Amino acid sequence: MGYNQDPNVQPAALSGEVTMPAALAEVEPVQSVRTPAAIEYIATPGASLSAYLRAMKDKKILGDKCPVTGQVFVPPRGVSPVSGQRTTEMVEVADAGYVESFNITRLPIKSRPDLNPPYVSAWVVPDGANVGSISLVAGIEPEDVRIGLRVRAVWKPDDELEESAANILHWEPTGEPDVVLDDLRVIGKPGDAQ
Amino acid sequence: MSGSKQRAAVIGVGQTKYASTRGDVSLAGLVREAAYRALEMAGKQWSDIDAVVIGKAPDFFEGIMMPEIYLAEALGCVGKPILRVHTAGSVGGSTAVVATSLVQAGIHGTVLTLGFEKQSESNAMWALSLPSPFTTSINAGAGGYFSPIIRRYMEYSGAPELIGCMVALKDRQHALNNPYAHVQDHELTFDKVVESPMLWDPIRYSETCPSSDGACAMVLTDETGAEAHDGAVAWIHGTAMRSEANNYGGRNVVSPKASEDCAADVFAQAGITNPREQIDAVEMYVPFSWYEPMWLESLGFAEKGEGWRMVESGATKHEGGDLPVNCSGGVLSTNPIGASGMIRFAEAALQVMGEAGAHQVDGAKTAFGHAYGGGAQYYAMWVVGAEKP
Repeated sequence: MGYNQDPNVQPAALSGEVTMPAALAEVEPVQSVRTPAAIEYIATPGASLSAYLRAMKDKKILGDKCPVTGQVFVPPRGVSPVSGQRTTEMVEVADAGYVESFNITRLPIKSRPDLNPPYVSAWVVPDGANVGSISLVAGIEPEDVRIGLRVRAVWKPDDELEESAANILHWEPTGEPDVVLDDLRVIGKPGDAQ
Repeated sequence: MSGSKQRAAVIGVGQTKYASTRGDVSLAGLVREAAYRALEMAGKQWSDIDAVVIGKAPDFFEGIMMPEIYLAEALGCVGKPILRVHTAGSVGGSTAVVATSLVQAGIHGTVLTLGFEKQSESNAMWALSLPSPFTTSINAGAGGYFSPIIRRYMEYSGAPELIGCMVALKDRQHALNNPYAHVQDHELTFDKVVESPMLWDPIRYSETCPSSDGACAMVLTDETGAEAHDGAVAWIHGTAMRSEANNYGGRNVVSPKASEDCAADVFAQAGITNPREQIDAVEMYVPFSWYEPMWLESLGFAEKGEGWRMVESGATKHEGGDLPVNCSGGVLSTNPIGASGMIRFAEAALQVMGEAGAHQVDGAKTAFGHAYGGGAQYYAMWVVGAEKP
């Protein structure tokens, strides 16, 4: 038998009539029921992330250094995604860096009702780190953001600082010249070798 | 074929009608519909199936944990082995690869494999953007993650900015030839695609995959079963999977190493040295339009920086193209996430079986199925052929 080209033709085994038991004859048919579910849990940040969060209160950004490759990761997770080794050394990276790439998001986001679209969601690579993380870039028209733009962190006022990544409100342009493509980490250029 | 690996083949494909809401069926009813169709094409009964290999995207999408246990009964699998595969969006492809390996290893003679998702009972976009403790995520779903990668591709390749719109229109037009496809828009024009609002600039709404309900199933069997089968057969010429971390320094985000390595492996197994010449039909995982030129380059169908030229010239169109890509309409027209990879693999099989109906590529002998997932970090691919390898 060939492939069934017609989605409206049911398989023979499913083509019979469904008959309800007599006891259910008068019962209203129900197709779906919505049952909202939630799970609450307690999360602990672990040693690396704890150190990172504490340093945030002093307006410092800490990363983990891979013991094998020397790459620096922010936020730190206690393990190197390159070598798989546990990290033992933390280093401070700058609160300035560059935009590796970005989008202009025109959707509201549930976890941040304070953000009004459009906003710029960018991979910001702090100086001294080897990877970017998704960060808010503001203080510039979204259409003027570009790959290679130099940015610095805008921190909460000193008396509002907590042990939290939310201390960085967003990143804004520094006014320095853009990082040119040749100076960017090697990503996706024609002919690149890994 | 290396070592003592046995030959394996596809003898049955079944799909559900894909839609934004399949409110007429439960999850169990959904998978059963696809499974029965695959069994019917294969001429098999539940009793002929030795094991089931099932895949879907993360459980928290629908909020049903380990659904394979609940679905075993609907899939005729009580008292038989059932195996669940997890590899995010690539899972439909990985599931087919795992099922194939069970046949190739001689562990099972005939296996039913199936992928599904019921997006109407879930919220994939926000399930992918869960607020996680200690971070300040502003990412809005998969489009939020992939759009900066696409921007990198656009910048380095110098591709004209409407290439993505050309892919989107092509795949939606292809879908009109596939009665199972979810998006069936007869009125769509290039101007409408271009005028569609930007969601995650540079990705427009029209360049984004839909949210679909649906399931796709295949019956795989060994050489003896395939030779005895009275009907079309798709022989499996190669399978490969690769994965990598998504956050290390110097990573090529546009063409990840895992993607290139996976393609090299599967093509070597299938004896393919010139993919563009030797492959007749491609079913590629393109959830955002720009991934077509990006994957054409990463997989070796085009030189680096040149994939967009194939799109622009119409080379990937069903009508008139020398490398038709996603004649089924692709992920841009149908996206039940956990099934999306398996649909690519199954549609590749249908092409070499000569069973693709109105979206059949004339005379297709060799076809390629592809899936990716996570942060473009999980890959599954296969090559199928009309001839026994």
